[in-house]
Amino acid sequence: MASVKLKINDKNYTVEVDPKMPLLWAIRDVVGLTGTKYGCGIAQCGACTVHLDGTPVRSCSIPVTAANNKNITTIEGLSTDNSHPVQQAWIQEQVPQCGYCQSGQIMAATALLKKNPNPTDKDIDTAMQGHICRCGTYPRIRKAIKTASQLMGQKASAK
Amino acid sequence: MKADTNESKIFKVSRRDFVKTTSMSISGLLLGISFSCSDTAKKLSGNPEYVFSPNLFITLNGNGDVTLIAHRSEMGTGIRTSLPLIMADEMEADWNRVKVVQAVGDEKYGDQNTDGSYSVRMFFTPLRKAGATVRLLLEQAAAKEWDVDVSECKAKNHEVVHSSGKTLGFGLLAEKAAALPMPEESSVKLKEPKDFKYISKQSSIVDLKDIVTGKAKFGFDNNHLPNTKIAVVKRNPEPGAGLKSFIADNAVKVPGVIKVFTLDAPGFPTTLNKPLGGVVVVAENTWAALEGRKALDVTWNKGMNADYDTKSYNNAMLKSVKTKGKVRRENGQVDKALASAKKIIEADYVVPLLSHTPMETPCALAHVHDNACEVWAPVQDPQGVRKSLAEALGMDLKNVTVNITLLGGAFGRKSKPDFVVEAALISRTMGTPIKILWTREDDIQHDFYHFPSAQHIKVGIDENNKVTSWLHRSAFPPIDGTSNANAKEASGAELSMGMIDLPYAIENVCCETQEAEAKIRIGWLRSVANIHHAYAVGCTLDEVAKARGVDPVQNMLDLLGDDRTIDFNSLTSEFWNYSEKLEDFPWSTARFRHVIETAKEKSNWGKSLPKGSGQGFAAHRSFLTYVACVVEVAVDANNKIRIPKVDYVVDCGVPVNPERIKAQFEGGAAFAASLALKSEITVSNGAVQQSNFHNYQVGRMSDSPYETAVHIIESNEKPTGVGEPPVPPFIPALCNAIYAATGKRVRQLPVRLA
Repeated sequence: MASVKLKINDKNYTVEVDPKMPLLWAIRDVVGLTGTKYGCGIAQCGACTVHLDGTPVRSCSIPVTAANNKNITTIEGLSTDNSHPVQQAWIQEQVPQCGYCQSGQIMAATALLKKNPNPTDKDIDTAMQGHICRCGTYPRIRKAIKTASQLMGQKASAK
Repeated sequence: MKADTNESKIFKVSRRDFVKTTSMSISGLLLGISFSCSDTAKKLSGNPEYVFSPNLFITLNGNGDVTLIAHRSEMGTGIRTSLPLIMADEMEADWNRVKVVQAVGDEKYGDQNTDGSYSVRMFFTPLRKAGATVRLLLEQAAAKEWDVDVSECKAKNHEVVHSSGKTLGFGLLAEKAAALPMPEESSVKLKEPKDFKYISKQSSIVDLKDIVTGKAKFGFDNNHLPNTKIAVVKRNPEPGAGLKSFIADNAVKVPGVIKVFTLDAPGFPTTLNKPLGGVVVVAENTWAALEGRKALDVTWNKGMNADYDTKSYNNAMLKSVKTKGKVRRENGQVDKALASAKKIIEADYVVPLLSHTPMETPCALAHVHDNACEVWAPVQDPQGVRKSLAEALGMDLKNVTVNITLLGGAFGRKSKPDFVVEAALISRTMGTPIKILWTREDDIQHDFYHFPSAQHIKVGIDENNKVTSWLHRSAFPPIDGTSNANAKEASGAELSMGMIDLPYAIENVCCETQEAEAKIRIGWLRSVANIHHAYAVGCTLDEVAKARGVDPVQNMLDLLGDDRTIDFNSLTSEFWNYSEKLEDFPWSTARFRHVIETAKEKSNWGKSLPKGSGQGFAAHRSFLTYVACVVEVAVDANNKIRIPKVDYVVDCGVPVNPERIKAQFEGGAAFAASLALKSEITVSNGAVQQSNFHNYQVGRMSDSPYETAVHIIESNEKPTGVGEPPVPPFIPALCNAIYAATGKRVRQLPVRLA
């Protein structure tokens, strides 16, 4: 057992867990935040994506100890009121069908846009290739990323 | 068999009755719907005013708040929005004042088995009637209040307006409306389609905001019961073959593991509603349960399918369709016509086992205590789950409560209750609430797979370039084979999905089947037997067009013949019209023709494309919905296939929620592309060889259509479903496009061009 300090969505947690426990299960089972999803357990589908110090990671495949003292952002921490431009774009384009993979998709899209505010189709393909959606919302995800890019541009120019 | 909802009846629920069954305090107008199949209906037939255990589809409170029941499961189709929307529209409620509440699984809600693209088709009219009844009661209440004739009162946007201009809000009228007698059914008038305010208009799904903030609750997200433990099960790689022995010493040493024990199960065939059995590991958290399972040392029995190998099995099916089978539809004399044909088109088609792989794997929370069971689970068939639980636990149905969470995708997988039954049996043993998780490996290796199949089609063309004969043979293990070892023959319903419902005006038609035995659990996957039948038929039609030297769209129109309704019952005794009578939902070649012609126009069919690109066409009616599809592909020098554009034309009658219809078709294209291009389950020595998304591949963003345009035919016909119909025509359209682009015919899935 290890004592690990997790800072999730600006809140501090200390968890006593098996040091090998993947971050996903620490977030879900121990901390109790369920927005981050299990999909494959081997970093193939992207459903469990969270940000670790701003970088998107597969929480199913990194041990909880790797997140010690780092800033973790989950879907719940993106905004409390749907106000994040990516969430706004997802609502505007009505992306979700069943919705299960969308936490991971949104976290990946957010990270992409932070790094690359105006992604091309190819950039989007590359960034989102690791994220499976069995409902097939891919065209709307693409559209929503472009919409979010515009919304963020407007926000930036308004400042 | 589905309930005949034409005989639905709207009833008022008295507060006295309501408080008998629930602790909720409620005032205002309460309305239920009874369906002819339901318990409620049986009770109603004795005394139309008295219902002991009412369902409550519509509740209008004194403050004007409206609660509408969603009784079908939400797996991504938007049904949790679309059905309440129908009620809200007819009652003239303001959608912003509406709260949607998910019903538990209970026969009083009528049919809740969310499969077969049934929901809108089945409930459009009953739900409209319910909404319209509320509207009339509110208008009558206002008329009484104002002492005017009801004809002067019109409900509009959450209030009743008098012709003089004065208004009364729905909330103020609720109690008064509740005190009125139920109106005669004949006095309840449904809206004219032109007056719809939500039906056929744009709207967002009710769960949209919860989904994008991570608040939406799926099956594994319920943490509200104290002392909940996590369970996983290790199952025999050969489904149903059973356990020989196990050593749990290392497993129980894993920190957090609480208990290891066996879960018994019937052998093969496993049935559709019982768990597979195996060794259960219960732990404090998911990780401990998984680590404990990894540490198990298990010896499995070999079962009756220990030698099951898909390669030799599929070859045997393929061989079988080369010879005469059991005749399932016969018109004219195919053999004679083929013998005198000038040209023969002949091909075989093979489709592998396919897995559903919804993003949310099977999972559930169950709590068995004090001779009662309550579960929270992502299930398509909550009443079936309730019955299976009662049977497995030896409990009265009334002591079993099934709460339905959101389903993280389902595609047919979650119409089976096995994983929920597992959770309940484990909870009973443990005496604590149990959350069960199927890992992706569990899901891929122990699914109820889409049938493996082999088909042979032979078509004769005469000297006048006319198609005169069509011979179609199909071999695949029926779904029934999962429950019954003697069931080796596809059912009429399975064959009416794309084979014996061939609509073309061909004089000599013969459809035959060969027997095939289920060697693994077979179940329905989005669009079911239409997947392989539409693929073979759609590709053959393209080959026929080529042989006739006619454009594929024109070829199909030629074959379709004059506008008519087809009496399939006179063509074969085994025809099944998706549980509907042909007189209620006729097979209209005119509607089929219209989607075909519209697709030709909308897709700019025949446009010039660069080398390596091509368009393909197919059309198919399934689940009573008419669909035409044009797929454009671009194949590069490395045989990498891209899909720049898809055009769908759909005639699903009244389009209830056009935005979600489009979503279903966009998603259906991606789903079908995934099946055709990526996915294959193979079995060796009785065990599935794939385990996760690295070797059971599914479509990702770059594999999926870049743009899917969905053209919805305006119609006042009865609405029909859209969940499954996008899938069948896509695969042949894709393969025909690949032929146009490369000159290669695709006769085996998944597509392998190299």
